[in-house]
Amino acid sequence: MTTPSPQPQQPVPPQDEVLPGGGASELADGEWHRLHPLTPLFKGGLVLVIVLGVVIANMRDRLIYIAVGLFAPEQLRGVDISSEDPISWAVDWTVANDMIFLVGLAVLAVVVLFVFAYWLVWRFQQFRITDENVEVKKGIIFRSQRRAPLDRVQGVNLTRPFPARLIGMAKLTLEGAGTGADVALEYLATGRAEQVRRDILRLASGLREAKASSRRRDEEERRGIVDTVSEGVTGIVTGVDRDDVVPESVVRIPMGRLIGSQAITGALWVLFFLLLIVVGVVIPVTLFADGPEKWIILATAVLGSGIPMVIAAFAVVWGALQKGFRYSIAPTPDGVRVSSGLLTTVTRTIPPGRVHAVEITQNLLWRPFGWWSVRINRMGGMSASQQNSGQAATAAVVLPVGTRADVERVVALLLPDGPERDGQFVWEHGILGPQDEDPFTTVPGRGMFWHWLQRRRLGVRVTAYATLIRRGRLGRRLAIFPLARLQGVAVGQGPLARMQDLATLRLHAVPGPVSGEVSALDRDAAQRLADVIGRGAIAAAERDHTHRWASVG
Amino acid sequence: MSESQTPQNPEPNPSSEPNVAPPAPVAPNEAPADPAPPAPVPPLRRRRESEAAPAVPVAPTAPDFPASREPIPAPAELDEGTYRGIREPRRRGLALDGTWHQISPKYVVSQFVQEGLLLVVVAVAAAAVWYFTGQWWPWIAGGAIMLVQIVSLAILPRQAKALGYMLRGDDIVFRKGILWQRMVAVPYGRMQLIDITHGPLDRIFGVSKLKMVTAAASTGVEIPGLGQQAAEALRDTLIEVAETRRTGL
Repeated sequence: MTTPSPQPQQPVPPQDEVLPGGGASELADGEWHRLHPLTPLFKGGLVLVIVLGVVIANMRDRLIYIAVGLFAPEQLRGVDISSEDPISWAVDWTVANDMIFLVGLAVLAVVVLFVFAYWLVWRFQQFRITDENVEVKKGIIFRSQRRAPLDRVQGVNLTRPFPARLIGMAKLTLEGAGTGADVALEYLATGRAEQVRRDILRLASGLREAKASSRRRDEEERRGIVDTVSEGVTGIVTGVDRDDVVPESVVRIPMGRLIGSQAITGALWVLFFLLLIVVGVVIPVTLFADGPEKWIILATAVLGSGIPMVIAAFAVVWGALQKGFRYSIAPTPDGVRVSSGLLTTVTRTIPPGRVHAVEITQNLLWRPFGWWSVRINRMGGMSASQQNSGQAATAAVVLPVGTRADVERVVALLLPDGPERDGQFVWEHGILGPQDEDPFTTVPGRGMFWHWLQRRRLGVRVTAYATLIRRGRLGRRLAIFPLARLQGVAVGQGPLARMQDLATLRLHAVPGPVSGEVSALDRDAAQRLADVIGRGAIAAAERDHTHRWASVG
Repeated sequence: MSESQTPQNPEPNPSSEPNVAPPAPVAPNEAPADPAPPAPVPPLRRRRESEAAPAVPVAPTAPDFPASREPIPAPAELDEGTYRGIREPRRRGLALDGTWHQISPKYVVSQFVQEGLLLVVVAVAAAAVWYFTGQWWPWIAGGAIMLVQIVSLAILPRQAKALGYMLRGDDIVFRKGILWQRMVAVPYGRMQLIDITHGPLDRIFGVSKLKMVTAAASTGVEIPGLGQQAAEALRDTLIEVAETRRTGL
């Protein structure tokens, strides 16, 4: 995260020279383009490399045997390495029948065929960017064409897996609105991918001006790149893509804090597992086992269940560390850009108005340090299986760990149109709350049964901009639902709650880790809240124009 | 929400700072202002209501949302041959003012026929297994399934009468359930698509199911048992209104 010359603001694009498609680079001109020529090799080639590796590993003995046989045949007397392995058998047969040349030819033919197939796949994969859509065509026999309308783009991600970084390629994902609506352009040369991202975001923002100056700069940059490999290597050293260096990150996570926060979380997990082991293994064994072997049973049981748990805890911590490493978040004209990653760098650009809910959380052990983390709900085009994976959960974390000031800056970036003077109110009452004269609608005393610990804390408050939901006594959480993004509001009541005149309020937002459900509110209060939120959502949605964020009006 | 950079009221102290003029004390706290508290209100709440705004240390922006528009005109087809009068829970549950439109009684008939057929199938299957193998356990499984079906059929008429929807000025409210009551309000502008489905048996009885999809998966409002004309009229109305209120996601 070295910032050579941090520019505070990106220059406003001068208005001259519009390309036919409305884009600024030669890629966004409405014509069909192909992906990076190494793409098929990279996507399918890894499998080939692995297969080759396995084959070679299997044949190592055989190769040595053949080599020794060529130079010192007398050494081999008495050595028998014949085996049932079909590959070894094939090699033996080839050597025995003097068919090395023919077989070599056959292997070459297969390789050529593979390369041709890859070339064909690459030939048939095309994309184009117009001022309305991004389209991807692929497939040879089963053709598929996917079109993503630009004004529904929910975000643009630039992912650079470690091996791809070495040869200077990146994967660009356009997040659409809807399950499985993502459009991926994999792979592009990193420089081009950045260009495409810039163009897509500019087109999506409603701006039609070409950015002539930036175009010139791009060309200069491209000329400067002599060797992509050395580029890739420097990329590993300096970190994320060039574009991200320009806007300065508003939050810096010190190494110690990142490791500390995750270590605490890991310690919590280990503690939890220890408790599980004690309750589930140690106590039953000491109660029911008898005799001298009791201790052996105990030891094996504890080790057997404990070691995997510790490994799991380490894996969780390592995963989080990996994700939080080299974290940066910065405002750009096209939205918030969050990038992070140690080996695989991911750069996500979230255009304004695409954040449907924000939650600020703090677990109990973070409290003495004053650390918080921020997660969001937003519309993504992940498929159903991806949504349930851990990948989605980590993708929702916008700030892995930060102080109060960091959180305030990040939330201000995520919800740029939030009224500024609400900030302190949100913090004092919402996050730290409840104080005397609590302005939140909380669970009445008769709801004690449902929320005995957090009864006074669990509450809802509607402001002109958002609905706030405050939760958690030990670990604190505050969810912010901007009214302009709300999809609906529901009130529910079960038989027990009816006897107590309680009801559950539920805000409907796009799926994600932030939940909008508050149970055991007073029935009338819940219904009144639902009414206010409903009217507020309508009013806010009518004012809201962020889906074409840079266009006038 | 964004943070306030200027430290106005750095340390809020409600009692010693009477000069903290709240900018908008109109409706400082919309929600807990009960006009007619049904249960005795805890003292803390009452005190807060009487003192109202000045107590809030950092003045929040008060919600002053415009009242909702006049209800949109409902086509006459919606109320042709439907139930009259929503079935409410015995003890007062959730309530909302306005005209509820209800579903057709033909829904119950159609469901009875479908579930009845299923019952027969289950019974026949169980009997066949019992007859051919001499095992008696299929009756346990089959019996359990049939019991669940019979119970759900028994409460179906009541449930059908509790289903309803209301076309308000800005949103459609859908309600269902008696024991577990639920009311969902979905703004017209948020609807992504509206889907009408009817199976073969539904078509015989002339009922269809209307489904509204928003960007939130959980919203999924389904209105079963609408008459064919009612479903189409409702869909057309909703689409027409949604067109004029279209917003981003």
